[in-house]
Amino acid sequence: MTVPLLDVRGLSIALPPGADRPLAVDNLTFTLNANEILCVVGESGSGKSMTAHAMMGLLPHPHVRVSAGSLLFKGRDVLTMPEAEQRSLRGGRIAMVFQEPMTALNPLMRVGRQIGESLRAHTPLPAPARHARVVELLDQVGLPNPAELADAYPFRLSGGQRQRVMIAMALACQPDILIADEPTTALDVTTQKQILDLIRAIQAERHMGMMFITHDFGVVAEIAHRVAVMRHGKLVEYGAAGDVLNRPQHPYTRQLIASVPHYIEHRDDHAKSGAPLLVAEKVRKTFHVGGGLFRKSKPVVAGDDLSLTIHPGETVGLVGESGSGKSTLGRSIVGLIKPDSGRILFEGTDLLSLDAKGFRPYRRRVQMVFQDPYASLNPRHRIGDIIAQGPVAFGEDRNKALKRARELLAMVGLDGSAADRFPHEFSGGQRQRVGIARALAMEPKLLVADEPVSALDVSVQGQVLELLDDIRKRLGLAMLFITHDLRVAAQVCDTIAVMRRGKIVEMGTSRQVFTHPRDAYTRTLLDAIPGKAWHIPDDLQKAPVVGAAS
Amino acid sequence: MLGFAQLFASRLVKALAILIAIVVMNFFLVHAAPGDPAMVMAGEAGAADEKFVEQLRQQFGLDRPLHEQLATYVGKIAQGDLGFSYRQQRPVWDILAERLPATLILTLTAFLLALAAGVALGTLAAITVGTWADSAITVVALLAYATPIYWIGLMLSLLFSIQLGWLPAFGYETIGAGYTGLAHAADVAQHLILPVITLALFYMAGYARLTRASMLEVRGQDFVKTAKAKGLSQSHIVTRHVLRNAILPVITVAGIQAGQLVGGSILIETVFAWPGIGRLAFEAVLQRDYQVLLGIFLVTSVMVILFNILTDILYGIVDPRIQAAR
Amino acid sequence: MINADFWKAFARNKGAVFGLVILAGILVLAAFASVLFPGDPWDMATAPFQPPLSDGSPLGSDMLGRDIAAGIAHGARVSLLIGLTSTAAALAIGVTLGALAGFHGGRVDDAIMRFTELFQTIPNFVLAVVLVAIFTPSLTTIVAAIAIVSWPPLARLARAEFMSLRTREFVQAAITTGQSNSAIILRQILPNSLSPIIVSASLMVATAILLESSLSFLGLGDPNAMSWGYMIGAARTVIRQAWWMSFFPGLAIVLTVLALNLVGEGLNDALNPKLARSRG
Repeated sequence: MTVPLLDVRGLSIALPPGADRPLAVDNLTFTLNANEILCVVGESGSGKSMTAHAMMGLLPHPHVRVSAGSLLFKGRDVLTMPEAEQRSLRGGRIAMVFQEPMTALNPLMRVGRQIGESLRAHTPLPAPARHARVVELLDQVGLPNPAELADAYPFRLSGGQRQRVMIAMALACQPDILIADEPTTALDVTTQKQILDLIRAIQAERHMGMMFITHDFGVVAEIAHRVAVMRHGKLVEYGAAGDVLNRPQHPYTRQLIASVPHYIEHRDDHAKSGAPLLVAEKVRKTFHVGGGLFRKSKPVVAGDDLSLTIHPGETVGLVGESGSGKSTLGRSIVGLIKPDSGRILFEGTDLLSLDAKGFRPYRRRVQMVFQDPYASLNPRHRIGDIIAQGPVAFGEDRNKALKRARELLAMVGLDGSAADRFPHEFSGGQRQRVGIARALAMEPKLLVADEPVSALDVSVQGQVLELLDDIRKRLGLAMLFITHDLRVAAQVCDTIAVMRRGKIVEMGTSRQVFTHPRDAYTRTLLDAIPGKAWHIPDDLQKAPVVGAAS
Repeated sequence: MLGFAQLFASRLVKALAILIAIVVMNFFLVHAAPGDPAMVMAGEAGAADEKFVEQLRQQFGLDRPLHEQLATYVGKIAQGDLGFSYRQQRPVWDILAERLPATLILTLTAFLLALAAGVALGTLAAITVGTWADSAITVVALLAYATPIYWIGLMLSLLFSIQLGWLPAFGYETIGAGYTGLAHAADVAQHLILPVITLALFYMAGYARLTRASMLEVRGQDFVKTAKAKGLSQSHIVTRHVLRNAILPVITVAGIQAGQLVGGSILIETVFAWPGIGRLAFEAVLQRDYQVLLGIFLVTSVMVILFNILTDILYGIVDPRIQAAR
Repeated sequence: MINADFWKAFARNKGAVFGLVILAGILVLAAFASVLFPGDPWDMATAPFQPPLSDGSPLGSDMLGRDIAAGIAHGARVSLLIGLTSTAAALAIGVTLGALAGFHGGRVDDAIMRFTELFQTIPNFVLAVVLVAIFTPSLTTIVAAIAIVSWPPLARLARAEFMSLRTREFVQAAITTGQSNSAIILRQILPNSLSPIIVSASLMVATAILLESSLSFLGLGDPNAMSWGYMIGAARTVIRQAWWMSFFPGLAIVLTVLALNLVGEGLNDALNPKLARSRG
């Protein structure tokens, strides 16, 4: 039997005393061979990144340390090697790509130089040869004008370009192992597809062993040869990609796969009835960034001729990549942004023509659910107060409002006693439920949900989506659902509007947009959905029953 | 490079705007000074009869409306006329010009020393964080930051000149020695040591603390992780990646504190009888010579503006984003 | 905000506890100055130029026979009084301006920040000297001058806090649920921006004490109030003969300022453990 490229045996990583559990990684065993992609899947806190960091000697010592086990690279334990030898492995034989391309590059150093540093540390190449190699690498990762780009500072590059630079840097010394820690999570879906294609091509060409860390089973389906599923530091399922994806054994794996958002085929088209609840007409908004006394500001068009109709009880999904202006419309409707022109008619009244006083009654009828559950609740207020503050501002008796808050908490699947506690005592999913209760306390007719699940773990995402779906049905609410994720939109929306560069390029029923997209950009988006070729096992197609609060 | 020139030009325009605002403020302070300026002048000139005062009023335009007076004042300042000291019977600008070089030498040397030593010590503390070296630097910085500079000056001169006799306790040069050339420079340098160290110590402490904190923060950032993952050596990571990023907030604060440093020279020059503008300020306070005092206010403000431009250039050199942001 | 957790976090910082103890001692000294050293500290108490540990004057006497220890005790009152009141005044100016700039943004922000920059450029000690000299030294002018030259950093801090909090989602949620501007500022933003402001204010008391002592050193103190800076300034010329006259008041300043800085750092550790930041 040949020695595997990487052999992880009984690896345990200890957390400092006082952490939520003693071991971040608990007795982990797996192997990685040359010429394969191993996907390590897990939610936040599963210990997947910790494992990669241990391999790269990046654990924040002395607080976090390997307490047991070994990491054998070609049969030799990395953990017991002298520091100098470890350093020559790092970046030389084992390279790593990180999650956040925006912060992973030194902002004060030209990118070519940052790649060159790696070559300087691990190869005897003289400076001119290093430079030539840098340009070659930038070219290989598909960057335009590589010679020019080598002299650029990171802030000139987009997120996707920076991630390509990171990959070029990792490839610089022809490593045997490439570790990629959620390399596409911070990117837009179309960029994600390009980067995944690039990674896959490079891996195949160089026959590297690759450890790809992700939380997204769609991505797994896209690139994995083998899969390891982790939960709370333990390996729960490990096997060939086809087996794990199509015949998952462990309940947790099954739950994760069931939570992957997907288009539900048997969803009926929404029957539009009555007068439209909300009509947006030709809404325009241009932001001016920078600028000062002696500088001209740069105009950024966030909304350009946006028109949209929402009927009572209808859920409209507004889908677009970052910077497409999707949030601008939502924020204009709830009155957080004043558009430059256009009309937003709510039950026939133009909200934009109203002054602050005239707008006030409409605040009740249009409510918003925010993206970041950690930032959307005031850390110094009790949950009950947070929910009751709105009604109280509209003159409701405080005790009555607090009583109502408890009822609402029950409605969103939390215990009424939560009202007396502070936000930091709750998990992300629970906080998002509180955010929903706060919006419902105003008894709105229209709910604007701005990326309400994108900050949550997949399994929690599913639960919150179901709650939203359930509530809007029970209360007959209309909803504008803003998301970057077409899969999520497909799961909860009746109608989908696709946005690009401040314009709505296509609007239709979910069924039509998904099965017969008319616009080329919509097709690009659909094509970029990771794992689209993968068919989620039938017995997992139906989302699980809403359990206890996440 | 175009970006840099543009940046520089916009900074100059801004500096000019601030300068004008300070001149206007100065004008109102002149008017707020106790007593009718004409009466004061007359009193200082030693004659207080009504007719003379009236004549002075007309001569200096004090009977005109305020905005006209302001215009006249600004016009005069623009021509370098900072008024006339009746106490010394000389134009204010002449008095200041004579004292300016001594103050510039003192403050500029102290500023550069504080910055260099502060960053060096802060870096050392950050690298050795948790060890005795770190603790020692932290304690010294804490003490230096809590000590009034004039008192440090007194105590240092008590120790090094009165007790040990190593360095001169006051003055700019050895009076009557008649040194020339290099010998003169060495003599001045020797006189400079104590005042410069005293003035620099307080700010050095601040910069050391800031550098240490900034280094520790930058050390936890993603790009440092990237550098480690590349297998670079510790020293390379610290100098090329951490320090350069960590120094940016230090430069910003140094620019903001330049004003305090220039102001601190009043105290230092008083303690060490350094014949600069600060010493002049102390004398002007004793004599209640408001014309000179306000002239000092204006000149030191200009010095701060120059220091700020200096730190802006430093910042622009370190951070490429600044040049492109316009 | 002040609860068991706060004290636990504060007590973890040994320096801060040390500072708090010194500060308490100085407060007691200031409070009981007239009991410990009855009579006017300006009066001659013993023979001039008495070295420390001599009869009736533990820390010696000055060139006019005034008791140094009595001067230090009475000076503590003046230092603390001026330090606290001028910080309060600077807070009032700085936080108000900063909050307005940060909350409203746009032109209001631009105008206020230009104004702040102007005051930050002016060499603050020179301005304080000019102001006190022109308006004649008294407790009021000294406090006013210190406040006028010290508020800009507080304004910048308050602005930064308000600006970042204004775009926080919980503040936006307060807007969309119809809460009034004043309720948003007072209930949502201010409590969350308080900790860094408290920390800066505690450090500013120390800076104000240093400034006051520097003014008195130059002879710009209130002529009726005994102060540490004045004692050092007056003794400066006789330092060759009588080191103790300037040494002990200076030590008092160092201890007070050090204690305040240490307490400020302890507050920082206790109040800012990423509380207001994400994922608390």
